[in-house]
Amino acid sequence: MPLSEDQIKKLIIETIPDATIEIKDLMGDKNHYSAKIKSKLFNNLNKVEQHKLVYKSLKGRMGNELHALSITTEGKK
Amino acid sequence: MNITEKIKNIIKENKVCLFMKGTPEAPQCGFSMAVNNVLKHLNVEFKAINVLEDENIRQGIKEYSDWPTIPQLYVKEEFVGGCDIIKEMFEKGELQNLLKKHKIIS
Repeated sequence: MPLSEDQIKKLIIETIPDATIEIKDLMGDKNHYSAKIKSKLFNNLNKVEQHKLVYKSLKGRMGNELHALSITTEGKK
Repeated sequence: MNITEKIKNIIKENKVCLFMKGTPEAPQCGFSMAVNNVLKHLNVEFKAINVLEDENIRQGIKEYSDWPTIPQLYVKEEFVGGCDIIKEMFEKGELQNLLKKHKIIS
């Protein structure tokens, strides 16, 4: 079952409540997305830790139902 | 030798390791190809491990790094990131700095 943009957003917000999220369905196939995520929770984390937090929010879907999600993370003031 | 030890050895014995889908000559996935191209562009010598040839490594490396996707890049035994992070670091010059710091490129 592919995930919709809204489902991805909802999952991320559950773990990262203050996240500002921009999602693009790159191919229009609900399978290749890019997400730009900003959150205060990223402020004291390195890039690997920031991406791990996003993966954690997706609860094991990344690499499974969610084939391709390109992630860009940024801290927030 | 269990899979964790096997992965640990590969990472220890090679300054730069890329766990990827396919080979540098014939990458089987766009994300693996992208990281591969960055390394080639920077003239980095690296050990490529084709996870498609070994299901144990494919699963093992995900657990070892606590990272759900392939490719994965290790430099001097440290996990640097997947495709998005490597591309971003390359664009900002951070990857070049890291490789210079470890005297992998000059």
